[in-house]
Amino acid sequence: MATTFNDIQMTEFKRLVARYPEGKQKSALLPALHLAQDSFGGWLSTETMDYIASLLTIEPIEVYEVATFYSMYNLKPVGKFVFEVCQTGPCMVSGSDNIIDYIKKTLDIKPGETTKDGMFTLKLVECLGACGYAPMMQVGKIYKEHLTKEKVDGIIAEYKAQAANN
Amino acid sequence: MGVKLLLDKANVPGIRTYEVYRREGGYRSVEKALKEMTTDAIVEEVKKSGLRGRGGAGFPTGMKWSFIAKPEGVPRHLVCNADESEPGTFKDRYLMEFLPHLLIEGLIVSSFALGSNDTYIYIRGEYAWITDILEQAIDEAKANGWLGKNILGTGFDCNIHVQRGAGAYICGEETALIESLEGNRGNPRIKPPFPAIQGVWMRPTVVNNVETLAAVVPIINMGGEEYAKIGVGKSTGTKLISACGNINKPGVYEIDMTITVEEFIYSDEYCGGIKDGKKLKACIPGGSSVPILPANLLLTTAKGEPRYMNYESLSDGGFATGSMLGSGGFIVLDEDQCIVKNTYTLARFYRHESCGQCSPCREGTGWMEKILQKIETGKGEMSDIDLLWDIQRKIEGNTICPLGDAAAWPVAAAIRHFRDEFEWHVNNPELSQTSNFGLQHYADPIHVPA
Ligand SMILES: Cc1cc2nc3c(=O)[nH]c(=O)nc-3n(C[C@H](O)[C@H](O)[C@H](O)COP(=O)(O)O)c2cc1C
Ligand code: SF4
Ligand code: FES
Repeated sequence: MATTFNDIQMTEFKRLVARYPEGKQKSALLPALHLAQDSFGGWLSTETMDYIASLLTIEPIEVYEVATFYSMYNLKPVGKFVFEVCQTGPCMVSGSDNIIDYIKKTLDIKPGETTKDGMFTLKLVECLGACGYAPMMQVGKIYKEHLTKEKVDGIIAEYKAQAANN
Repeated sequence: MGVKLLLDKANVPGIRTYEVYRREGGYRSVEKALKEMTTDAIVEEVKKSGLRGRGGAGFPTGMKWSFIAKPEGVPRHLVCNADESEPGTFKDRYLMEFLPHLLIEGLIVSSFALGSNDTYIYIRGEYAWITDILEQAIDEAKANGWLGKNILGTGFDCNIHVQRGAGAYICGEETALIESLEGNRGNPRIKPPFPAIQGVWMRPTVVNNVETLAAVVPIINMGGEEYAKIGVGKSTGTKLISACGNINKPGVYEIDMTITVEEFIYSDEYCGGIKDGKKLKACIPGGSSVPILPANLLLTTAKGEPRYMNYESLSDGGFATGSMLGSGGFIVLDEDQCIVKNTYTLARFYRHESCGQCSPCREGTGWMEKILQKIETGKGEMSDIDLLWDIQRKIEGNTICPLGDAAAWPVAAAIRHFRDEFEWHVNNPELSQTSNFGLQHYADPIHVPA
């Protein structure tokens, strides 16, 4: 996996930095890390973080301390598709436990694990702001809401097909 | 049907696009404010409206605006708080997703009033698709002359930028949000200095919630006095409520704050009653941080009067018998829900979200989670209940930011009102794994909702 931005990614990076006042380029760190994670395989390696530090002319430690603070940054490799299932109160009272159990059984993995084929990772997360559409999970940029066992089957099939077509 | 000021156009086909939004009367408030009003007059209008911050704390918006420092030659910033991470709350998402231009319109007027040439929307990282919707709306507004340089020929320049967070509830707290906007960990700052004096990049900053800033649009259009006539007492205007849990119609509702809690839960216009014909057991009326109330205290106050969906009535009785309107995250629990388990998931949430700066919060949230898990899984002892009470009491008021209180209150309220359910778990460790404590005396058995 490359660890330098291509032209399109670099243009986006520059757009992000331009939003902040002169000399305050560190403000672009969070968006820059999102961009890096999306560009370099869904996680942030030390190499990637050092690269971002050099682009923003800040110390690598400033990047590490931010990357470790926020839950959306993956600090180790993850599957092609990450199922982030909400388990907080409102989802729990709407049956998220059953959905989590069903995903564990169907994919044969525990939370935090990735399937052997590297396709799916299961992550349990806290409230994603979709409490009225519970149970729910996030997959990449998309929210999958009103989950049922049948819907979960459909989602797994959908992503398997998507991977096969790529 | 109550008055609707924010969501009245939400169902108009295509309202997300600039053309339709404008055709429906959008951006009128920008014309009025920038061409006909001084910045002081706008602040005055917002003061008159009685608008209170919709992010949770309910602080008067006009007053907050009047605190902003104006040192010569130092830029000021308006920051829109779209971090929306309080469990039960999903109203800002709805507003941004379906009416992005309403927020942009409110932001332009507010930026003008505060003198912010670069305004930031800090949105929770998970709302990635909404970021795209907002950026598109901003581009459209700019293409039509509502943003950029010399807006409407008034000499006012304004740009709006959207920054995504990356998964941290604490970044909804305004000083943590500012840290995050600067590219740091979301550690809240010690106040003072307040953001109005030294906020982002040490410049004077106002942080307001999405719904607060959207409400500026009707306030300018109709005038503060007219706006203040809607609602009751210090609960003026309308409020978005995101309703979830065991109800027939979860969703986002705009209410005028004169309706009763009972009407909100049981009327078909709103929640449509409890799901599957079950009975109401309890409710957290204002986002996970506010005290949970058993059904009897939710529908009526301790004095036996009906409870209303507004700031004053929901907090009637203080924490002893009342709660708070908070962020408007309305979480309903039916007779089959276990209070201990629900409290446990919330304690886990706060432990996960504590930034770790202060020991009462960092240690206390983890400790409470462990004890609650112990009780929930049938391994608790009677003394654990008192220990929980003691821990929450020692967190409350002893931390840098209010997350400590937010973690303490749900535990305190659960024990205060549902102590017998905790005791039942301790006394019936096996039974508590297979069955439910149920409704007991929490719901008024005589009361039949209309
Ligand atoms: C832990 C914590 C989380 C918060 N989360 C949010 C949030 O997600 N959105 C929000 O608007 N306000 C949130 N607030 C309140 C903000 O600190 C601040 O009061 C608010 O943005 C001010 O805007 P308003 O006056 O328009 O409500 C939070 C506060 C705390 C202590
Ligand atoms: S109360 Fe908790 S979240 Fe707030 S500053 Fe202290 S440790 Fe951080
Ligand atoms: S509790 Fe699951 S989305 Fe809010």
